[in-house]
Amino acid sequence: MKNILVFGATSAICHELLKLYAHSGANFSLLARNGAKLAAVADDLVARGGTVAGQSCFDFSLWEKLEAAVADAKAELGHIDLILVAHGTLPDAEKCEASMAAVKTCMEDNFTSAAIIIQSAAGLLATQGAGTLAVLSSVAGDRGRKSNYVYGAAKSGIDTLLQGLQGRFFGTDIRVVNIKPGMIESPMTQGMESGALWSTPQAIAPAIHKAIAKGRRVCYVPGYWRLIMLVIRCLPTSILARLPI
Amino acid sequence: MVASWGRLPIDGPVQTLEADWRFEELPVMAGDDTLLAFGNGRSYGDSCINSQASHISTRRLNRFIKFDREQGILHCESGLTLDEILQLIVPTGWFLPVVPGTRFITLGGAIANDVHGKNHHRAGSFGCHVRSLELLRSDRSRPVCSPEGNRELFAATIGGLGLTGLITSAEIRLIPINSCELVTENLTFSSVSEFVDISNGSADWEYSVAWIDSFARKGQVGRGIFSRAKHAEKPSGLQPKTRRLGVPMGVPFAPPFSLINKYTVDYFNRAYYAVNSGKKGRKYSHYQPFFFPLDAIANWNRIYGSSGFYQYQCLIPGEAGQEAVQQLLNDIHLSGEGSFLAVLKEFGEIRSPGLLSFPRPGLTLALDFPNRGEKTRRLLEMLDKTVERAGGALYPAKDARMSPALFATGYPAVDEFISQLDPAFSSAFWRRVRP
Repeated sequence: MKNILVFGATSAICHELLKLYAHSGANFSLLARNGAKLAAVADDLVARGGTVAGQSCFDFSLWEKLEAAVADAKAELGHIDLILVAHGTLPDAEKCEASMAAVKTCMEDNFTSAAIIIQSAAGLLATQGAGTLAVLSSVAGDRGRKSNYVYGAAKSGIDTLLQGLQGRFFGTDIRVVNIKPGMIESPMTQGMESGALWSTPQAIAPAIHKAIAKGRRVCYVPGYWRLIMLVIRCLPTSILARLPI
Repeated sequence: MVASWGRLPIDGPVQTLEADWRFEELPVMAGDDTLLAFGNGRSYGDSCINSQASHISTRRLNRFIKFDREQGILHCESGLTLDEILQLIVPTGWFLPVVPGTRFITLGGAIANDVHGKNHHRAGSFGCHVRSLELLRSDRSRPVCSPEGNRELFAATIGGLGLTGLITSAEIRLIPINSCELVTENLTFSSVSEFVDISNGSADWEYSVAWIDSFARKGQVGRGIFSRAKHAEKPSGLQPKTRRLGVPMGVPFAPPFSLINKYTVDYFNRAYYAVNSGKKGRKYSHYQPFFFPLDAIANWNRIYGSSGFYQYQCLIPGEAGQEAVQQLLNDIHLSGEGSFLAVLKEFGEIRSPGLLSFPRPGLTLALDFPNRGEKTRRLLEMLDKTVERAGGALYPAKDARMSPALFATGYPAVDEFISQLDPAFSSAFWRRVRP
C-alpha cells in the first residue's frame, strides 16, 4: 500500500493505522475537518518515514468538495492503492431524540458524506481497475438498539452500501473492506465509562492493517466483536428490548 | 484506580482528564482543585500522584513533530514513551542519549524526573540533552524553554516533577550508533572500595552499573558484579538486526502476599551471583536486555504482593560515598531485610541544568523492599540517618516517604524552584515534603 488517500485522517484509530503505513514509507493525501489537528498528524507521519503529497481541510458536509477531493488526490498521488474512509462523529443518543438538528448532523457526518466519498472512490477505483477501499463503520450498525440507534442507522447504511459495492466489484482486483470497531477508548468516546470489552486504537490497528492487506470483506476489531454481534443479531426483539443496551 | 509503580496504598486522583492535542488549552479547574500530568505511571511513589485532585493524562500526546535524521535531533510530544521513540530511531542509526532502567516511561516523565542512566559518568542526566521544551501554564501562556530562553523556567522544569506546568513537547539531541548491539563485560568485586576502583578504571566504557548482593553472608557484604558496556562499532552478525523482544512473560495478578521474602531473595541473590560471576568476559548483547532487563516481565511490580513495595535510591556525594554505602549495606544485612535488587552506580561530574535534579557527583545506591509496614519503614528511617549524615539525597521519582527535612537538605535550590511553580499544579509528593 504505497499511495493512500485518507478521509478523516485525524481520527485516533485512523492515525494509529497510518503510522503502520508511514513506517513502510507510504505516500499520503490527507483530508480532515480541522487544520491544526491535520498538521499535527501529517508531521507525525513524515517523522515516521512517510511522505505527504497533499493535505487539505474543509467541512465534509460540502459534498461537491468531497467529489473534487477524490479527483485532486488522484492528481497528487497518481495510482491510488488504498482509499481510507475514517471520519465520523458519535452523537449523544438523548440529544438525537430531542433535537432534529442533531439527527440531521449525525446523518450527514456518518452517512451522507461517507456515501458520497465511497461512491466517488468506487468510480475512481473502477477506472483504475485495481485498489482497495476500506471504510470504518461500526458494530453499532449491526442491529438497532435503543442506546444509539440513530448513529447505528447511519452506520448500517454504510454497511449496506459496502455490501452492494462488494457485489459490484466481485471478481475484479478491487477490494472493499468494511471495518467494524467495537468500543474503543478515543477522543470520540470521551466521557463514556470504559470496561472489560473496551480496547484501544493502538491495540486494534495491526488487525485492521492485516485485514486491508488481505482484502477481507468484513473485519471486526477486536475480533471477539464478531461473536458478540452474532449473538446480538440473533436475539429476538422481545429480549433485546429488555436489555439495557 | 490509578496507582504508581510501587503499588503502595496511596490515595488516587478524583478524576483523570485527557490531553488530546498539544495546541489545546488546559482544562479550567474548579475551586482549589489542582492538576498533575500523568504519563505512563512508572514513578514508584507519590511524585506522579495528585491525591484527591486531578490528573491530566499525556498518553494521547504521542506524536512526533520532526525527526532530523541527518543531525540526530528529535522534536516530539511529551506523551511518547522511550520505547516508541527507540522503535523509530534505532533502525535509522540513532539512540537516546540517556535511558533509565525501563523504556516504558514517557518523554515528559524523563524530563520531569531528570532521569539518569548507566552512562551518567559520560553523558550526565536526561536533562543535559534537552534542547528545548514547551510548557503549557495555567495562565494560558506557552513558554518555550531552553538553556538560552526562559532559562529559569527551563532549570525548574528539568527534574521539576511536573510542578511548573504541562510539558507538551520537547526537542532532544540523539547519539549516533552503528548497531543495536552493545559490547558488554562483567567483573566481580568483593567490597565497595573494590567497586570504586573498577568504576574509576572504566572511564572509557560508555555504560557501567553494578549489582550488589544485599543478602551476602557476613564477611561478604559488599560483593557484587560490575557490568560495563559500549555501543558495538559494527553489528556482530550474531543476532538479527531488528530483533524486538516483545513482552512474552507477565505477572497476571498481585498475590495476597509478597513473593519476595527472606528466602526467595537469599536464593535469588546467591543464584544471580553464581550465574553471572561465571559469565565474566566480553560478549555482544542486544540493547534491550542490557538496559531494560525487567521490561521483559510485564507488571513485574506485582510480585511484591498487594501491599506494594518501597524503592529507596539515595545519593552520597563526594568522598563520603564508600563508607556510607558500606554502612547502608551493613544496616540492611543486620535488619535481615535483603533487597531483591540492589544497584550501585558512580555518578560523574556533568551537572544537570535542573534545579531539583537528583544526580550529582558521588555514589548512588538503589534498593527495593516489600512493604511490611512499620518494620520496613523503621529500616528506611535508619538508612535515612546515614544518608543525612553524609549530606546525601533521596530520589523523588522513587520516594513515598522521605521527610520534609531530608528533602530540604537534599535539595538546597528549592527556594529558587518555588518561584517558578505553577500554582494550578501540585502532587501528593509535593504536599508531603512541603507541608
